[in-house]
Amino acid sequence: MIHHRLTVKKIVQGLALILSLFIVNVSRAQDGRALFNQNCAVCHNVFKKVIGPELGGVEDRGPWKDRKKLYAWIHNPAGFMANDPYTQSLKSQSGGMMMTAFPQLTEAQIDAIINHVNTTYAAGPGGGAPGQPIPTAVTAPESDNTLLYGVLTLILAIVALILLQVNSTLKKLSDDKEGIPSVEPIPFYRNKLYIALTIVVLFIVGGYFTIQGAIGLGRTKNYEPVQPIYYSHKVHAGIKQINCLYCHSAAQESKQSGIPSVNVCMNCHMAINEYVKGPKIYKADGSEVNGTAEIQKLYKYAGWDPDKNEYTGEGKPIEWIRIHNLPDHVYFNHSQHIVVGKQQCQTCHGPVTQMDEVYQFGELNMGWCINCHRETKVQFTDNKFYSIYEKFHEDIKNKKLDSVTVEMIGGTECQKCHY
Amino acid sequence: MEQKKYWQNLGELNDTEGHQKLVKDEFQEDLPFSDDGKGLLDAKAPRRDFLKYLGFSTAAAALAASCETPVRKSIPYLNKPENLTPGVAEYFATTYVREGDSLPVLAKVRDGRPIKIEGNELSALTGRKGGTSAQAQASVLGIYDVARLRYPAEIVNGELKEFPGSGFEGVDRKIPGELNGPATVLLTSSIHSPTTRQVISEFLAKNPGSRHVQYDAISYSAMLQANEACYGKRAIPSYHFEKAKTIVSIEADFLGTWLNFVEYAGQYAQGRKLNMKSPEMSKHIHFEGSLSLTGANADDRFLHRPSETGAVVLNLLAKLGGNVSAPAIGDEKLRKGIDMAVAALGANKGAALVVCGSNDINIQIVVNAINEAIGANGTTIDWSAPLQIRQGTDEEMAQLVRDMNDGKVDGLLIYEANPAYNYHNAEGFKSGLKKVKVSVSFNDKLDETTALCKYVIPHHHYLESWGDAEPKTGYISMLQPTIAPLFRTRYFQTSLLKWTGNNSDYETYFKNYWLTKLGSQEAFDKTLQDGVIEPAAETISATAFNGASLTDAAAKVIAMKPGSKTELVLYQKVSIGSGADSNNPWLQEMPDPITKATWDNYVMIPYTLADELGIKLDDVYEMNPPKPVIILTINGKELKLPILAIPGMHPNVVAVALGYGRTDKLGVAAGGVGQNVYPFVNGAGGTREYYVSSVEYKKTDTTYPIAYTQTHNQYEGRVEAVREFSLNDFKKDPEVIPQYREELAEEFAKETGEYRTESTLYPNYESPGAHWGMSIDLNSCIGCGACTIACTAENNVPVVGKYEVARNHEMHWLRIDRYFAVYRGKSDGDDLNVIFMPMLCQHCDNAPCENVCPVAATNHSSEGLNQMAYNRCIGTRYCANNCPFKVRRFNWADYTGADSFPDNQKPLVGDGQMEPVVLMMNDDLSRMVLNPDVTVRSRGVMEKCSFCVQRLQDAKLHAKKAQDPTLIRDVKTACMQACPTQAIVFGNVNDKQSMVYKIRHEEQVERTFYALEQLHVLPNINYLAKVRNTERPVGVKDKFHKEPAAEAKPRAHS
Repeated sequence: MIHHRLTVKKIVQGLALILSLFIVNVSRAQDGRALFNQNCAVCHNVFKKVIGPELGGVEDRGPWKDRKKLYAWIHNPAGFMANDPYTQSLKSQSGGMMMTAFPQLTEAQIDAIINHVNTTYAAGPGGGAPGQPIPTAVTAPESDNTLLYGVLTLILAIVALILLQVNSTLKKLSDDKEGIPSVEPIPFYRNKLYIALTIVVLFIVGGYFTIQGAIGLGRTKNYEPVQPIYYSHKVHAGIKQINCLYCHSAAQESKQSGIPSVNVCMNCHMAINEYVKGPKIYKADGSEVNGTAEIQKLYKYAGWDPDKNEYTGEGKPIEWIRIHNLPDHVYFNHSQHIVVGKQQCQTCHGPVTQMDEVYQFGELNMGWCINCHRETKVQFTDNKFYSIYEKFHEDIKNKKLDSVTVEMIGGTECQKCHY
Repeated sequence: MEQKKYWQNLGELNDTEGHQKLVKDEFQEDLPFSDDGKGLLDAKAPRRDFLKYLGFSTAAAALAASCETPVRKSIPYLNKPENLTPGVAEYFATTYVREGDSLPVLAKVRDGRPIKIEGNELSALTGRKGGTSAQAQASVLGIYDVARLRYPAEIVNGELKEFPGSGFEGVDRKIPGELNGPATVLLTSSIHSPTTRQVISEFLAKNPGSRHVQYDAISYSAMLQANEACYGKRAIPSYHFEKAKTIVSIEADFLGTWLNFVEYAGQYAQGRKLNMKSPEMSKHIHFEGSLSLTGANADDRFLHRPSETGAVVLNLLAKLGGNVSAPAIGDEKLRKGIDMAVAALGANKGAALVVCGSNDINIQIVVNAINEAIGANGTTIDWSAPLQIRQGTDEEMAQLVRDMNDGKVDGLLIYEANPAYNYHNAEGFKSGLKKVKVSVSFNDKLDETTALCKYVIPHHHYLESWGDAEPKTGYISMLQPTIAPLFRTRYFQTSLLKWTGNNSDYETYFKNYWLTKLGSQEAFDKTLQDGVIEPAAETISATAFNGASLTDAAAKVIAMKPGSKTELVLYQKVSIGSGADSNNPWLQEMPDPITKATWDNYVMIPYTLADELGIKLDDVYEMNPPKPVIILTINGKELKLPILAIPGMHPNVVAVALGYGRTDKLGVAAGGVGQNVYPFVNGAGGTREYYVSSVEYKKTDTTYPIAYTQTHNQYEGRVEAVREFSLNDFKKDPEVIPQYREELAEEFAKETGEYRTESTLYPNYESPGAHWGMSIDLNSCIGCGACTIACTAENNVPVVGKYEVARNHEMHWLRIDRYFAVYRGKSDGDDLNVIFMPMLCQHCDNAPCENVCPVAATNHSSEGLNQMAYNRCIGTRYCANNCPFKVRRFNWADYTGADSFPDNQKPLVGDGQMEPVVLMMNDDLSRMVLNPDVTVRSRGVMEKCSFCVQRLQDAKLHAKKAQDPTLIRDVKTACMQACPTQAIVFGNVNDKQSMVYKIRHEEQVERTFYALEQLHVLPNINYLAKVRNTERPVGVKDKFHKEPAAEAKPRAHS
């Protein structure tokens, strides 16, 4: 028995090990591109020199065949350079500029980046892998039977009318036959029943549209204005997998998520000055967008001279059109939802990674907010702040409660959002 | 006759018909249709009209609704400054400076705009608790004052002629050339900035024959000169009220307007906080003629004529063993008062302090001798850190005016001084100014003096400036800009530097000065971050007293003959002060702590004088804004002002506030408000004295409306809202309040004894997480009003203007109820008790307002807040009607421009248009002060104190991010943070470590009471009963408050 147990244990351990390796590997492969985009792409391109040298074939140059040296260099360029003539010459070539240190990158991560560089380089400049297949949320077209019902109703109504008409004609005929003097027929437009019915129907239909219109005032779901620059979230957040918070960093600290200032765009676009590899992008009207031209627009706003690689000092801020508008009497705080509530941006903003131009996904009305507050569970046991809710903790312990929703800690009260 | 109750106005005192009508109706205005009994069709707005209006408004709404949704833009920075996150407020340490006054503060900057001022907690001058004054709180509005001068200009006939271009090249080219005469005088308010002093001395050195004259709007010349005579220093020492067990003040309003009053208020309150284990407190005896804020806080108060001040101080000195003879005092009560003061001072030698507000050198010498006799020098008076906020002597200024008139002054540079308005001999100054060849003003507005100058180069607002201040020697506070200058203004110091031939600007000069002094950039940065450099430990030291001048001074004081007629006191209001910030609508609309009047100055007269003048203090007087106007004849000049009869005045004293009657050019808030009484200041004796010893008066048949709030927001005679004990009574029987609570439980909760749960039909609200509560100590509250203004700034409380205040439409969320209690028949008013009680929404757990709202716009939160959802409110006003505390405010018009319909700025009821000052507050510039986290309310909705819910939410967010519930333990509301005496404490009552819990349940159990506790509204604000250190009868006997000795019930469980 004991032997068996040991064997089973070994097998399980082995399986777990293999599994974990597999997971690590998977994560590495996914990370390489993202890590490159996050850390390196500002200064390096795979195929050409930008601020730093091109990275394609890096392992064939200088001392970089030795990974250990590469790690040392990336972790501490200044320290490495002291004893290395190759990097010293690189520094003098690039006008005394030196690489930023990345002590936070682990060796595994650096390996992942180099892997990514090598695969991209091998594929060649034209055949860049389109990146991860974008997970498209399956949104089956809602089976909308309204039209069918409408047509059916109409047909039935006509049939009913004809039958009524036939009925009255037959009655008249039979009356004639039996010699009952027929009453002068009242035309339908003077028939009080018809008039009353019409009024009621008009009132209901009119009322419905008036109320719907009134409720919809100021609501702008699916609002998708034309922006001064055709900025594709699909390309940036989807294909390039740039973290939302890289640009909208204020969302972690502030009530506003913050539209990135032009200097944030230029962090990357100083190096990325053309749009060639990505999929074709289209405007809402179907016309194709020239990505490179849009980048040029950015340079104009930033006051950047791409030929001389320097700022002209004549920039101006970009006047984006605001899409998500809340009324003035609503207080909404991004950091509350993202940092404390640990919500994904997509919960409210929808599949931004698939939107070229962003549109308003959520309803942004009060019912929409409240519903979420009713259903969403608070990080109740993880966050020590909630330790003051002693009664709820007690109830959880006694299995009276299994979780605490936002509503239970007062998340649907007026002055949580209106003050 | 013994007074039976606390009262706020005469109607309440005498329960008149007008008062009864007042308490019956929450809203005083008539309904917009007449109730003439003629039936609906004949009424002014019959049914058909109603239908017409209904149809029209539906159509209008439909039309408005069909407008397109506006396109809004989001414009990020081009290059975002590091450390700046849009939507997150930052605090910068700087210093409030204004005409010599100064206070270390933090400026809250939100998205690039300073929007709120808080005291700097690192400074001893704010009591290390961040105490502020109403003026400092209101100063943030000053930067957005539309009347600020916007460019350097030449002034031709009072009109500005702009210099071309930036203006400064022209200024620097033109003025130095014209200033080449040797006799240039620099006329400023007291300068206590080390760098500015150095700039000035360099300027003077470069221009031989020039001199610097310091001139203060309110003169402290006598103290400076008396101290020079007694201590060899022309300076004013630091005072330590917290170290004094006995405080005697003769006419010094040290809690409201006198010298460094914010610091004093904090110190004073320390001596007034009661420890329940051994209840002891300082004793404060006050002598004055009029009723001041400080007098109102005194334990015992005695009345004298201002011309008797000398006699009072001499008597004090003589009885304390000073070798002087003193004139006899006729008034028996005053004699007793002096004896009481002498006894109290004598018993606490070394822990006693006497201060005097007189500006007579000899009197101040006698006061110095008194302080010497009671051992104050070196114990409560500190010579190691003299005050620098007042340095001007009257002789210097008089000499300057003489020189100007003699043509001996070629150039006059004026900075933060306005003698054409606030000098007693303004005419002399003006005629002299005409003879000055070049006059340049650096003032920020086209004030009375600037309008007469040749050039004006406006200086920056303090929130736009670099700089430093040294209000007390060794206590340095830095200024740093919180916003780029809004207008083309320039440091006055830069002008001096340029004209000295030094080409650096003041900013560079300032940085170099401090870099050298502090040694490194790091030290400089640290200092800027802290805002202050102060000595680590306070050392109190004495200076040798030289009594040589005393004999002569005493002889001169004896020679002063007390007047026999009615005398006039010229005082400063707590809100307006000397008048430097007259154009601040927040300060103008702040009710005066004593009279509760806004927007005007007036003659405060004693009741006896009203009788004599035949003014009936009846309903007509009390309930209606128009007040009888009298004519005061002062030295042959006439002054026509309305009266307000005030208890607690000396029968032969009337008082008028300084700081009013400004030119229209100063702005719409200041212009045309009240009368200027600076010309009546008595300068005959060499120093400016703020009283006139003989005035004639006569009544006129005219009236003038005064907007005062003392008849607004009345409880229906429920005066037990406030509780007061004398220290002795309290020591004898500290259980009065707990006993009362038990009686309530006995009466209303017969089964369980739980007053809270049993005595009501309504459910008991539970707070599973936080539960907010506030405690207000009536012993510490001095009624200064800093909280009112802080609340106004924090919560976008609108300014409504005088007309609206007069008809009960004031909007303050936090008012300070002032109660009088006099034990007298026709008393002279010296046994008056005054209590200040900050009254704001009590956030009742069983709130009467919530039950009557038809749309549930006001309801209860699980954290104990009485919530107000503006967008849900339809304006029935039932809630206000049902509020026992009268703390709800209705937006009768669109005061803050929240609506998109301009017509809404017309009031709903009545014929008046919105006042110009309200429109000024709606200017795009003024609106920059609005707090973006608080909704601007539109017309037709109710509003009230929210317990600063935006701060609570913010604190909770921080606590959640940091995963630390202790961060919400002691959250600060705006009123709490601003309070100079820490009377207000706020926090999470569910947390047993919170200050407010400890006060209620551990430290101050015996003094904890709730306003109108018997109504079972279960307020979330508790008060701590006022305790007065006096032998006089104190407190009110009502049906709940049983005579403690005679019929004290045995306690239920004892």
